[in-house]
Amino acid sequence: MPGGERRRAASAEAREARLAWCLAAPAIATILLVALFPLGWTVWESMHLHDLRMPWLGRSFIGADNYVEAVRDARFRQALGHTLLFTVATVTIELGLGCTLALAMNRAFRGRALVRAAVLVPWAIPTVVSALLWRFIFEGRAGIANALMVDVGLVREAPVWFIRSGLVWIPVVLADVWKTTPFVALLLLAGLQNIDASLYEAARIDGASAWRQFRHVTLPLLRPAILVALIFRTLDAFRVFDLVYVMTGGGPGTSTEPIALYTFNTLLQNLRFGYGSALSVIVFAVVFGLALGYIRFLGAGLTETRG
Amino acid sequence: MSRARWGTVAIVLLVLGSGFPLYWAIVSSFTPEARLYGTPSLIPRVLVLDHYRALFTQREFWVPIRNSLIVAGSTTGFCVLVGGLCAYALARLRFRGKAPLLGLILAVSVFPQISVVSPLYLLLRRLHLINTYPGLILPYLTFAMPLTVWLLVGFFRQLPAELEEAAMVDGASRLRTIREIVWPLAIPGLAATAILTFVYSWNEFLFALSFTLGPERQTVPVAIALFRGQYQVPWGQILAAAVVATAPVALLVLAFQRRIVQGLTAGAVKG
Amino acid sequence: MASVRLDGVEKVYPNGHVAARGLDIDVADGEFMVLVGPSGCGKSTALRMIAGLETPTAGRVLIGDRDVTALPPQERDIAMVFQSYALYPHMTVRENLAFGLRMRGAARPAIAERVEAVARPLGLDAVLDRKPGQLSGGQRQRVALGRAMVRDPKVFLFDEPLSNLDAKLRVETRAELARLHRRLRATIVYVTHDQEEALTLGSRVTVMRDGVVEQVGPPMEVYRRPASVFVAGFVGSPAMNFLQGDLVAVFGGDAQRGPVTLGIRPHDLVLTPADNADLIARVDVVEPRGSELLVHLRLGADGQGQEIRVVAPPEPMPPVDSVVGLHADRQRLHWFDTTTGKRIE
Repeated sequence: MPGGERRRAASAEAREARLAWCLAAPAIATILLVALFPLGWTVWESMHLHDLRMPWLGRSFIGADNYVEAVRDARFRQALGHTLLFTVATVTIELGLGCTLALAMNRAFRGRALVRAAVLVPWAIPTVVSALLWRFIFEGRAGIANALMVDVGLVREAPVWFIRSGLVWIPVVLADVWKTTPFVALLLLAGLQNIDASLYEAARIDGASAWRQFRHVTLPLLRPAILVALIFRTLDAFRVFDLVYVMTGGGPGTSTEPIALYTFNTLLQNLRFGYGSALSVIVFAVVFGLALGYIRFLGAGLTETRG
Repeated sequence: MSRARWGTVAIVLLVLGSGFPLYWAIVSSFTPEARLYGTPSLIPRVLVLDHYRALFTQREFWVPIRNSLIVAGSTTGFCVLVGGLCAYALARLRFRGKAPLLGLILAVSVFPQISVVSPLYLLLRRLHLINTYPGLILPYLTFAMPLTVWLLVGFFRQLPAELEEAAMVDGASRLRTIREIVWPLAIPGLAATAILTFVYSWNEFLFALSFTLGPERQTVPVAIALFRGQYQVPWGQILAAAVVATAPVALLVLAFQRRIVQGLTAGAVKG
Repeated sequence: MASVRLDGVEKVYPNGHVAARGLDIDVADGEFMVLVGPSGCGKSTALRMIAGLETPTAGRVLIGDRDVTALPPQERDIAMVFQSYALYPHMTVRENLAFGLRMRGAARPAIAERVEAVARPLGLDAVLDRKPGQLSGGQRQRVALGRAMVRDPKVFLFDEPLSNLDAKLRVETRAELARLHRRLRATIVYVTHDQEEALTLGSRVTVMRDGVVEQVGPPMEVYRRPASVFVAGFVGSPAMNFLQGDLVAVFGGDAQRGPVTLGIRPHDLVLTPADNADLIARVDVVEPRGSELLVHLRLGADGQGQEIRVVAPPEPMPPVDSVVGLHADRQRLHWFDTTTGKRIE
C-alpha cells in the first residue's frame, strides 16, 4: 500500500524535525527579515554614495571610499576614543564594585527582598529617565550633588559640570554605574550562590585564610559568571547611545560624542546614508569581533574551571 | 569588622546609593517649580501636584503612554507567541541545524541597533510605515525576538523532559503535549520573559526616536527626552514624567522579582 | 497483552556514540523481562526504543505482530513508569490517572469508574484530589504505577522505577510488582542496574554491556551458568572470584587449550585448615554480615598474592593474619576462555 510505504519512510525522527522547523520558522523568518536583511542592506549602502540632501549626485557604487573617509575622519576617531574611554571606565568600575557587593550580599541574609528591589528598580528604569535624573542631580549650581559637596566641604565653589569637557564625563559615567552595577552584582551573586559551600568548609579545614579561600576557591569558580558579566557590559557600553544623547547631546561641542551617536547624526541629521552605513558596519564589526573574542575566551575559561 | 557586619554595611550603601536618586526624583517631582532652583533641602517642606497636573493637561502625556503601551504590548505578545514556539523546538526537539540556529539568535542579540537603523528607515519609508505603530513594532522585533527566544529556551530546558515523554506514552500527540503539559508548566517562565521583553520595549529609545515624526506616535522615552524647551528646562514636569514612565515597569519588575532574577541570571550561572 | 521483539536493532547517536548494536530481544506474551547491566550499557536506550521515545538507526521493533518502528509513542499502546515517576505536577492524582484515558477519548463516566477501580487496590483513594507535590515518595510511586495500569496497555515498560525509594520500601514494592505481574499476566520490560532486583523480579533476564546482549535466560540459569566473564562478575553478590595462570592447574585446568580463567563464587569456597587444602591464603579483613561472614584473603602463606573473597558461616571467626586453607566445590567451578571471555563447558 503506497500510503503505508510513505508512512514507513517518514520516520519519527523526520516527523519531529519537520515539526521543529514548522515551530521555528515564523521566529526565524522574523529575525531574517528585521535583522539579517537590514544588516546586509547596510553593508550594500556602505559601498555606495547615498546622500539624501544631494539626490542629484545619484547613488553610484564607490567601493571602499566611505571606509577610507572614515579612517581619515578626525571626528570619527574622536568618537571611537570617547566610546573606548566610556567602555573601559564603566566596565572597570561596575565589575569591581559589583564583585564587592556580590561578596557582601552572599553572606548577609537579612533584607534580601529590599536588596533585590534596590537592584532591580534602577535596572528597569528607562535609560532616558536615568540620564535626565542624573542631569538634574548635577544640573546648575543648585543641583543636589553640588549642594551636598559644598556642605560636606569637598569643594569650595560648585563646579558647572556640563560645560567643561573633562568634568562632563563624571556624571555620564556615574549615571551608567548607578544603573548597571546592581545588575552586575546580581549576576555575580548568582554565580557565587552556585559554589558549593562545602568547598569553603574543606578549604577552612585545610587551613586556608579568607584571602586564600577567595583566591583559590571563589575566583576560579566565579570566572564564568565574571566573563558573562564582562561580555554583557562591554557590548552594552560600546553601543551607548540613549544616555549620552539625552544627558549631554554629545556636548559640550562633540566632547562626549560616542560612536553610535556620531553614526546617528551622520545618518538622520546629515542624511548621509552611504557614509553613515559605513560607520554602522564598523560599529557592527567591532561589537561582533568583541563578542566572538569573548566567547572563545569564555569557552576556554569554562573548560579550565571544569577541569 | 566581622564579615557579616561588612556585608550589612555594603547592603546599606547599596540601598542608599540606588535609592537616593529615586527618592530625590520623586520628591522633586512634587516640589513647586520655584523651589527647584533654590537651595535644595533633603527633606521637602511643600509638596504639590502641579507638575503632574500640567503633564496630563498641557502636555497630554497620556498620548505617549498609550503609544508605548500599544507598541511594547504588541511586541511582547508577538514575541512570546512566535518566539515561544521557536524556543520550544530549540529546547526540546531533535533536528539538524539546531546549533547554527541558536548561534544565529545569539549573534543577532548582540547586533548594535545603530547598525540597522538606516536600512530599517529606508524600508519603513518605502512601506509608508514611518510614524505608525507597525513602523515601531517591526524594528522592535530585532532585539525583542532574539531576547525572547533565548530566555525561553532556558526556561523550557528547565522543565523535566520525562513529563512530556510520559504524556506521549500516555497517548498525547506532540501538539497536545505542548498544550496540556508544557504550556501550563511554562506559564511562570513565559510571564517572566514577557515582562522582560515588555521592559526592554518600553525603554527603547533609538528606534522610537528615528522612526517617529511627531508627538502623536512618540513613545514615553522619546516624549520625555524632547520635553526640554528652547530656553528653559521644565525640570518639574520632566521628573513627574520620569516617575510616571518608571512606575509601571518598576511595579511589574518588583511584583515578579524572584522569577525575573532567575531569568536574568540563568545564562550566567550555567555559563 | 502482546509480545515484544527487537530485531537487529541499532542506535548510533549523531555524536558517534553507539548505544545499541545488533540487539535481538524477544519478550514473550505475559513475560516479565528484565534488562540489566551497568550504566551506559544501552538498556535504557533499548527500553526507550520500545516506547518510541528514540528511533533505532537500523533494525525493527515489533509489538505483537505489528512493526512499530516508525510509530510515535502515542500510537504504540504501551505504558511506561519513569525513574522520576514523571507525574504531571499541575494535575491532581485523579487527573494524572485519567490523563491517558482522556487522550484516547474515553467517555467521562467510564474514566471515573476506571480511575476508582485502579486507585483502590493501590491505596490511593484517599489522595485522589491531591497534587503529586503533596504525596510521599511511596505514594508517588503508586500513582505512577496506577497511571500505567489504568489503560490496560499491551506492554508495561519500567525504567528503574525503584531507584528513588529507600531500601525498605524498595523490597516491599518489589514483592508488590511480582504480585502485580502474576495478577495482570502483563508483558513487562523492566530496566534496572541492580542485579539483585533483576534476579528477584524477572521471568527472564537480559544482561547487557556496551550496547550488546551478553546473555538471556531465566535468573537462576544466568546465575548458575553465566555465559561470559562479564556476566559472571556482574551477577551475584558478593562478586565472583577470578583466578588465572598457574593457580588454575590446581583445579584440573588444562593449559593446553589456551589460557583459561577460573571463576569461583565466594559462596562456593570453604575455609579449611591450612594443610591438605586447594589453596593457602592469609586472612586480610573480616566483615561480619549478620548471618554470615565475608572474609577477604590474599593468596599464599605470605599474603602477597591475589585477593580472594569467601563467604563463611559466622562461627568460628578466623583471626586476621592467620593462614587458612581454601576448598572449592568442584561442581561449581566456572571456566572461561581468557581471550574471548566466553564460558567453556
